[in-house]
Amino acid sequence: MTILLIIIGMSLVTMIPRVIPAFVVEKLQFRPWINRWLSAIPYAALGALIFPGIMTVIPDQPMVGIVGGIVAIVLATFGLNVVLVVIGAIATVFLMTM
Amino acid sequence: MGTEAGVKTAEENRSLEKIHMFHKGLLTGVPIMLGYLPIAITFGVLARQAGMSLTELTLMSLLVFAGASQFMGANMIAVGAGAVEIIIATFVLNFRHFVMSLSFMNQLRGIALKWNIPLTLGLTDETFAVSALHPDKAKEKHGALYYAGIIIIAYLSWVLGSLLGGVLGDIIPEQLSQSMGIALYAMFIGLLIPSVKKNLRVGLVAIVAMLINAACVGIGMSTGWAIVVGTVLGGFSGLYFLKENKQ
Repeated sequence: MTILLIIIGMSLVTMIPRVIPAFVVEKLQFRPWINRWLSAIPYAALGALIFPGIMTVIPDQPMVGIVGGIVAIVLATFGLNVVLVVIGAIATVFLMTM
Repeated sequence: MGTEAGVKTAEENRSLEKIHMFHKGLLTGVPIMLGYLPIAITFGVLARQAGMSLTELTLMSLLVFAGASQFMGANMIAVGAGAVEIIIATFVLNFRHFVMSLSFMNQLRGIALKWNIPLTLGLTDETFAVSALHPDKAKEKHGALYYAGIIIIAYLSWVLGSLLGGVLGDIIPEQLSQSMGIALYAMFIGLLIPSVKKNLRVGLVAIVAMLINAACVGIGMSTGWAIVVGTVLGGFSGLYFLKENKQ
């Protein structure tokens, strides 16, 4: 029963912040600088999601994550599809932890 | 030909267009599936070990749909933490979705609220990253279905993966599942690089966000807040770096 309450609580505090912007944006027109800030958010979010988290892929071995990341950068720079970039990085980490 | 046949064809065309758009979204979401399945299976295994039932862990994936916070939740349940404590920690960890959702909804202006509400509920780091880098679809006809496709493949992978992990236990060899931990990071990189190739300054925005995030972690901030601060301030650096770009 407690676990059920925890799940419902976790769901509410996750879903409410996600959904509020739908109503905010519907109601408001933003100033141009806010629009520009919001359109830079995806790139900033990607940056913040990648680093430093990538160093924790293998606990206590930050280099493994970093090398995997570099392989992903190289593959993506050559224009490979995201799926192949992902597979290449997985293979790299796999080989490095053998 | 009678008008009746003409009407029917137009209707068929429209539903074909819709299916096409949805299908495109599903395909765009395949890298997310690849990243989610091993993590979801691991979550299922871990949640069982934490003493959650199969129904509870699947329900958590269905209702919360946020990986990191579910791992944290299962761990806290295992060590007997209080409900309020777990719920507050979840709020902090997932608050970044508020910022992402603001950006996402601004991109999806013009799509009806009845679509946007379910789309925001399906927002995760990964569905946001993939959707935000395909902004052109928001202006196309049936664009909402494209984003729905991305979210649905991600959601199904997450929920079914958790269930699978809960039922079957550790089906992926340890070394492989550990290696697959890099999948989502590689996906983020694979999404970011093409944008950086088009405009190097985009890379500067990402690097600023990385450094701010790392600095915040360094001074002892929790992961959740560090990502929020990194994303918000990194976005502000875009006002400077991306200023000559007309959107």
